[in-house]
Amino acid sequence: MRIDKDLVAASATPLVLGILSEGDLYGYAIIKRVSELSGGGMQWTDGMLYPLLHRLERLGYVSSSWGTSEAGRRRKHYAITPTGRDALADRQEQWTVVADALRQVWQSAQRPPAVIEGWA
Amino acid sequence: MMEAHAELEAQIGRWRGYVQRRQAISPADIDELEDHLREQIADRQATGLDDEEAFLVAIKRLGNLDAVSREFAREHSDRLWKQLVLVPENRDGAGTPPWRELAVVLALAVGAGLAVKVGTIWLDDEAVLARNLGLLVFPFLGAYFAWKRRLTASVAAMLLTPFAALAVVLNVYPFVSGGSTEVLAILHAPVVLWLLAGVAYVGGRWRSDNRRMDFVRFTGELAIYFTLLALGGAVLVGLTFGALSVVGIDLEPVMEDWIMPFAVPGALVVAAWLVEAKQNVVENIAPVLTRVFTPLTIVMLLTLLAVFTATGGLVDVDRELLILMDAILVLVLCLLLYAISARDSLAQPGLFDALQLVLVIAALAVDAVMLTAMLTRIAEFGFSPNKIAALGLNLLLLVHLLRAAWLTVGFLRGRRPFGALERWQTRYLPIYGAWAAVVILVFPPIFGFA
Repeated sequence: MRIDKDLVAASATPLVLGILSEGDLYGYAIIKRVSELSGGGMQWTDGMLYPLLHRLERLGYVSSSWGTSEAGRRRKHYAITPTGRDALADRQEQWTVVADALRQVWQSAQRPPAVIEGWA
Repeated sequence: MMEAHAELEAQIGRWRGYVQRRQAISPADIDELEDHLREQIADRQATGLDDEEAFLVAIKRLGNLDAVSREFAREHSDRLWKQLVLVPENRDGAGTPPWRELAVVLALAVGAGLAVKVGTIWLDDEAVLARNLGLLVFPFLGAYFAWKRRLTASVAAMLLTPFAALAVVLNVYPFVSGGSTEVLAILHAPVVLWLLAGVAYVGGRWRSDNRRMDFVRFTGELAIYFTLLALGGAVLVGLTFGALSVVGIDLEPVMEDWIMPFAVPGALVVAAWLVEAKQNVVENIAPVLTRVFTPLTIVMLLTLLAVFTATGGLVDVDRELLILMDAILVLVLCLLLYAISARDSLAQPGLFDALQLVLVIAALAVDAVMLTAMLTRIAEFGFSPNKIAALGLNLLLLVHLLRAAWLTVGFLRGRRPFGALERWQTRYLPIYGAWAAVVILVFPPIFGFA
């Protein structure tokens, strides 16, 4: 299944912030985590993650620091900030409302109103 | 196996070279992307793909480089703010050939010169000329941006309405000759005009913080280019003067009547074009200049403070000194703004940011001394348009610097992102324009045009 582009874009910020709230990570590990969490259903264009991370950093939601990988390469690690946690809580509330509304719509869609039968 | 890895290394090297040509992606970003690429390749190799296949998959997963680079550009507009204008997202056809832009610029530069020349002929009163000088040059600079940014009619109207209002006020108000409200209007008109030029520069998107910062950067770079042009011109004119005076020809009248009226406004238009077109030349100088002049300015401010405290109270200081000090504070503010605009907003707080805080605090101290001096003068000698204008400016500067200092402290302690400091600067800018407009519009009638 391919997830719609707009949906991926809308969920990217809360996903990244949520993943970082579990612990500090670097870019590739974040992508892997997203793939794990969605059972491989969400495939991001990897390159797009970095502008997003930089934007979150500029907004003060995450902070970054350079370290080295096991192989000795330069690697940038990201950590969520207190502002980022506030933003995440805010997003979480918004998504709960959306998900709740969607769930109700799905449920009523599964039980078509009886009137339609009369037309059949 | 070794050879195959060598081939992979070569491919990654070529990829790096290819990405490096994207101006929006900085070397640090490339390191970050390369780390990502290598991790992806290693994971693919672990699942049994060979080097070549793993590289291809990893590159594909990274995404279309144009699209990624555009995302980087959107986020880091400071890195290639000129590209945003010069290379639009979807290039329509061939675009403007370079010679046509040069022709437009030269025509506008000559036009600005002609306007000033005609102004000097028609407006024989020096004060009337001084009031109109900015109004004569502005349309040509505005026209350049209007042409370059393809301004819409509504933005053009937004520019022309205040321009026309300013022109009417400056020429219809019955200023008393040599009165201080007239001098104040002459001093404040360029501020309003410059902010209008800013609206044209940002293509009408004046609400955007990023675009405002671009304009601050543009202003600083324009000052540098203008100075360079002026220096070059001065050397050229000086040598010509010398050579001609040897053969007994005096260039002075030609200089006053023809060279200056054309050279100064022309240089302004040409400098604006140079900033637009030859960005890369200055880009590397800007951080260096701010780093050189920030410590020097701190020394200057501290010296001034020491002298003031040594000479005791400032009550009977010369009015000239207060005006001079205002100019110095405005200059410090320009330096601060330019330094902030030239800084990479993602860089960690460093020594230079601490130095900048020292600069702001020194400026605050000088501003406080000035305010006390002004208030005592007002208490002793009463109000005058000059004093109120200076007092207003000082209060604006005080608020600006206080908040900037507060935000810098927050940034140095890691409590706030640098973006907060940037946004404070860009949001505060229009207030100066509003104050300048008040000085031009409201002061003359209040003080009887004296």
